[in-house]
Amino acid sequence: MPGLEDLYREIILDHYRTPRNRGELAPPAVRAEGHNPLCGDEIQVYLDVVDGVVNDIKVAGQGCSISQSSASMMSQAVKGKGLAEVRALVRRFRGMMSVEDAEDEITAAETAAVKLGDLEALQGVVKFPVRIKCATLAWNTLLLAMSELPAA
Amino acid sequence: MSFDAATVRKDFPILDRTLDGRPIVYLDSANTSQKPRQVIDAMTQFMENSYAPINRSAYKLAADATELFEGARRKVGEFINAPSADEVVFTKNATESLNLVASSWGRANLHAGDVVVLTHMEHHANIVPWHMLVAERGIRLRWVPLTADGQLDLTDLATLLDGAKVFSFTAMSNVLGTITPVKLLCEAAHAAGAITIVDACQYVPHNVTDVQTWGADFVAFSSHKMCGPSGVGALWARAALLDAMPPFLGGGNMIADVRLDGFTCAPVPAKFEAGTPPIVEVVGMGAAVDYLTALGMANVRRHEMDLADYAINTLTERYGDDITIHGPTNIEVRGATLSFAFRGIHPHDLSQVLDQHNVCVRAGHHCAKPLMRLLGANATARASFYIYNDESDADSLADALEGASDIFGL
Repeated sequence: MPGLEDLYREIILDHYRTPRNRGELAPPAVRAEGHNPLCGDEIQVYLDVVDGVVNDIKVAGQGCSISQSSASMMSQAVKGKGLAEVRALVRRFRGMMSVEDAEDEITAAETAAVKLGDLEALQGVVKFPVRIKCATLAWNTLLLAMSELPAA
Repeated sequence: MSFDAATVRKDFPILDRTLDGRPIVYLDSANTSQKPRQVIDAMTQFMENSYAPINRSAYKLAADATELFEGARRKVGEFINAPSADEVVFTKNATESLNLVASSWGRANLHAGDVVVLTHMEHHANIVPWHMLVAERGIRLRWVPLTADGQLDLTDLATLLDGAKVFSFTAMSNVLGTITPVKLLCEAAHAAGAITIVDACQYVPHNVTDVQTWGADFVAFSSHKMCGPSGVGALWARAALLDAMPPFLGGGNMIADVRLDGFTCAPVPAKFEAGTPPIVEVVGMGAAVDYLTALGMANVRRHEMDLADYAINTLTERYGDDITIHGPTNIEVRGATLSFAFRGIHPHDLSQVLDQHNVCVRAGHHCAKPLMRLLGANATARASFYIYNDESDADSLADALEGASDIFGL
């Protein structure tokens, strides 16, 4: 059985105790809400995109250490990135969480080239399958927010 | 008869096994209970020796299977002191029982503006079917609020029930453990002209149940929480109500006749049991009733009161203000289901830590999100005790909690 140290890495706990980019954004930033049906956790992602680039992002809501730290790291990772890059990152992260995404315009090579940085710390979550939904909650909510963006 | 949890525990094979070399501390019986050897054997023997279709074939094997199936119905009826076994309808679970009432009785009797009264501590199974009728029929919902210690606040009950058609409420909260005054609530509802629906899913496995003393109209419960298999539950209702209700699901077994231009229903309970029922599971539920009856439900209740008392005292003495146990402190009005918050640690993380010690608790919203919002939490951890638990399980929970705060450094 995998030990708790595989799950609760120090960087995860750091993001849990001191979450980055907490808060809300006023319109024209878009807002999306995600729910983890397993535990009732709720998360809101506010996304401000200017000229195809994530100008700002904020995260609100409550959740466990895994969902909150994943949200915090996600917000750091996507800020300042172009939307195509963000999509590749989401895909790469979901892939690390063993979530299979359908083929689309993002190639496997592009996805593989994405650097996860601190997000690698969440790798241990796959050993605790019940918690994968916690780790992916913020990312799925980010995708929802991106789908709410007005067409460029 | 004296009750000894250590002896009872020996009847449950799964509690004999170990995980990673350590025993299992199963504290999730409000979610679903474990199964004793007697139930497992009854189901296996039935499949090995007696399995056949019921109610539709003339040969001996089928007749015997039918008798065993209907015998289980009699046992279940006696277990809740139903006036007649024919008032016991087998369903998939308590959720389906409640949906059956809302769908069948509700659609036949509720119209725009009619009022259904619920409470703030209901399970989603006793909320969502009514929300569906709000959307479909335009009925209105009123809610009985809670007191600070998690009991029903009955101050304005008469006003809430005034003009209501239905009062549907839990007999025991799956989150707070609160036992509600069912008889009193039924009397108040009937005085106001409302029918009563009792969600007894958490109550029947732990207490002496007497639907006649309650004076209820409908009572729903599940097999899997009372040592029986999953996949079967029951709805008890007054025969006159069942007779007057339209059918729920259509198909085989529930008809008296089918013509090209229509059908007529079989008498109850068959009217509400379309298709092949969970035959083996019903037999298993009957065996579970036998098992619990032999233990004595009054003994079960006494054991769980003692255990709840011990667990609450142990946890509060050890952790003081670091632990908040929701629900009543008075053991007389609560079961051994303890929802708690601990040192600000998210329940999901808490249960992960407890799992390292094989302590199995539920972390989540417990299918009662309106109540969770009132508690100001998205989730709680919940330890629920049953007949096979004893004080050592409460001690194991208390010990396992010790390590939780170290990890999160909160």
